[in-house]
Amino acid sequence: MSDIKERIKNIYPAAEFEEGEDLLVIVAEADWHHVAERLKNEKGLEFDVLTALVGMDWKESLGVIYYLTSTSRGWDMISVKVIAAGDRDNAYIHSVSDLWKVANFQEREVYDLLGIKFVGHPDMRRFFLRNDWVGHPLRKDYDADPKLNPIRLEDEVNEDDTRSFEIDSNGQLKEVPGKVFAAEDYVVNIGPQHPSTHGVMRFRASIDGEEVKKVDVVSGYIHRGIEKLSEGLGYPQILHFTDRMDYMSAHQNRHCLCMCIEKALGLEIPRRAEVIRVMMDELMRISSHLLSFGCTAMDLGATTAFFYGFRERELVLDIFEKTCGARMSMNYNVIGGVIADLHPDFVKDVKHLIEIMPDRLKEYHKVFSGNIIAMNRLKGVGMLSREDAVNYDITGPSGRGSNWSCDCRKVRPYSIYSELDFEEVLLDGCDSYSRYMVRMKEIEQSCRILAQLVDNIPEGDIRAQVPKIVKLPVGRWYQQVEASRGTFGVYIESTGEKTPYRVHFQSPCFNLVGVMDLCCTGNMIADLITIGAALDFVIPDIDR
Amino acid sequence: MGVDHIKSMTREDFKDNEYIDSLVEELNATGANVMVGKFDDLINWGISNSLWPLCFGTSCCAIEFMSLGAARYDMARFGFEVARNSPRQADYVMVQGTIVHRMAPVMRRLYEQLAEPKYVIACGGCAVSGGPFKNSYCVVPGVEEIIPVDVFIPGCPPRPEAMFYGLMQLQRKIKVQKFFGGVNRKEKIDQFFAEHPEEKGQIS
Repeated sequence: MSDIKERIKNIYPAAEFEEGEDLLVIVAEADWHHVAERLKNEKGLEFDVLTALVGMDWKESLGVIYYLTSTSRGWDMISVKVIAAGDRDNAYIHSVSDLWKVANFQEREVYDLLGIKFVGHPDMRRFFLRNDWVGHPLRKDYDADPKLNPIRLEDEVNEDDTRSFEIDSNGQLKEVPGKVFAAEDYVVNIGPQHPSTHGVMRFRASIDGEEVKKVDVVSGYIHRGIEKLSEGLGYPQILHFTDRMDYMSAHQNRHCLCMCIEKALGLEIPRRAEVIRVMMDELMRISSHLLSFGCTAMDLGATTAFFYGFRERELVLDIFEKTCGARMSMNYNVIGGVIADLHPDFVKDVKHLIEIMPDRLKEYHKVFSGNIIAMNRLKGVGMLSREDAVNYDITGPSGRGSNWSCDCRKVRPYSIYSELDFEEVLLDGCDSYSRYMVRMKEIEQSCRILAQLVDNIPEGDIRAQVPKIVKLPVGRWYQQVEASRGTFGVYIESTGEKTPYRVHFQSPCFNLVGVMDLCCTGNMIADLITIGAALDFVIPDIDR
Repeated sequence: MGVDHIKSMTREDFKDNEYIDSLVEELNATGANVMVGKFDDLINWGISNSLWPLCFGTSCCAIEFMSLGAARYDMARFGFEVARNSPRQADYVMVQGTIVHRMAPVMRRLYEQLAEPKYVIACGGCAVSGGPFKNSYCVVPGVEEIIPVDVFIPGCPPRPEAMFYGLMQLQRKIKVQKFFGGVNRKEKIDQFFAEHPEEKGQIS
């Protein structure tokens, strides 16, 4: 890590550094694209993953904080701060979507919510909000008057026109019109109301015969504005939002936010709480993968497998219910530990679960995995190479199905994961089937972790002493965990108040939906559904 | 040789018409035509026991609704199991999850596409009132802002048992409705839409 400063100075002598949790490099907007290219390609640096892209409004200026990770340097992470050029109405930053493809949707999100225009981005449309939305909500001076943006009941006009921005010879921002689809394209609309898109996602696919030529993702049908809401609430009050983003990773997401706040407060968590948290995370992962198994099967018409998956999932939910008091949206982790102690039946129930799971998994494989229809529909479909997985930052089972070792529990261990004995499941099929199989094998690994912990839950407190009013010191923090669908990140910027200045949730599903175009192109239109099922995105996690 | 009895019914019971008389009296008292009243009962019995939902889950509640469909809770016991993906084939829409501004016109259109008689259940805090996201810039504070609701089920998400209770409340509501006579549901719905017009950019 120590040589990074030197190396960055070499490629960009004007770099300013700010010490913090991670090294923060301040780069001038005019140099940004050039520096980004060097950061990505320069030997010895090779920041090949754009982990997070956080749009910021510092009142006097707008800007973006980029979190870059270098897998070849042992997952070293730096952050880069770029302040937008131009005045507030015409703030712009050069796009890096040509270097890191994952930036494509993320820059559109920042454009939508903060109004920063990305120069060179091919498709600068709004991402979450209606085309006719007035204002950019994440700006600090956003006018929330409902008269400006009433509940509109007339249908939104499909936006086929897009735009990109470039800087002309006078240094002025210039808008260049473009088209999403060509006039001769045959476009099929899928969603937003269809269960096989796994929620309220909408795709517009142009097809040639049955072959998909392009998929346009229309998101925002469940954009609830969690990041803006969080800015007005105290830290303990924003915890519950994480349970409702990716509701199938509720424990992990909340664990992440709690860890981020605890890190900022410098809190030490009792060992018992750590063990309970990890066990809950793994139970959540099992429940999520079982649901994913059931839904993948159901999307292919195998309803029986769905019932099988849900049968075991109910056992996990029973464990949650006994200890947390709820089947879903458990609200279990709190700052400093967990909210309630384990139910007396917990150990017995978990043992029962890990005892029956191996047999049940065999049953699943018999019912579905080896089924000829499943094989034909999943094998060789939705190819995603390892390079693309890295470039699009596809983490979780989907990334590991492309043989990318990206398990946050291994590469950047948190909590007590470094002490545990488990394997990172990697498959090199790069197709839907590999993604599906990674999930099934991860259930085994989660059971293995649970088996190691179930008899070793230490006695002690379940919660550390936390001040009544939680105030974070001035600074910024970024924390990641391995959620059920990939790496989930939380960014908090604090000015020392009771409420955060900015909270950003970097959700894994947001990146997953970004490869729909890449994975579906060249496949049959019917495979769009199975590719989506195998990627297994949860829509409220995308939209937040 | 004559039959002595039919199953557990004794011969005397056949002459006992008290329950029919009391029913006729009751219907006359409420002003219903016996014939139409009976048709109402028959139709309502049919509708209430074969309510087909439209799959409309936007977030967490939808997962609990899936649990309802799976083996432990098994909503097939009550005739709810035929979840339809097209509003044309569904009897009611159970709004499971937050409705945001972008979704509002879609929601309204889906409702309009449902065939009569149609019902709406607002399931979970978000659909009831906006729930934890009520103060957000783009969340509809309760689905009743855009479509008329028959049954509200609170919870975040409601337990499957709570969902069943709500669904059965809908069944009860249907069993006492008047399909032909009386104040027609349609009038109430028309009144709702008169109060919630689809004007450009503004609803009152």
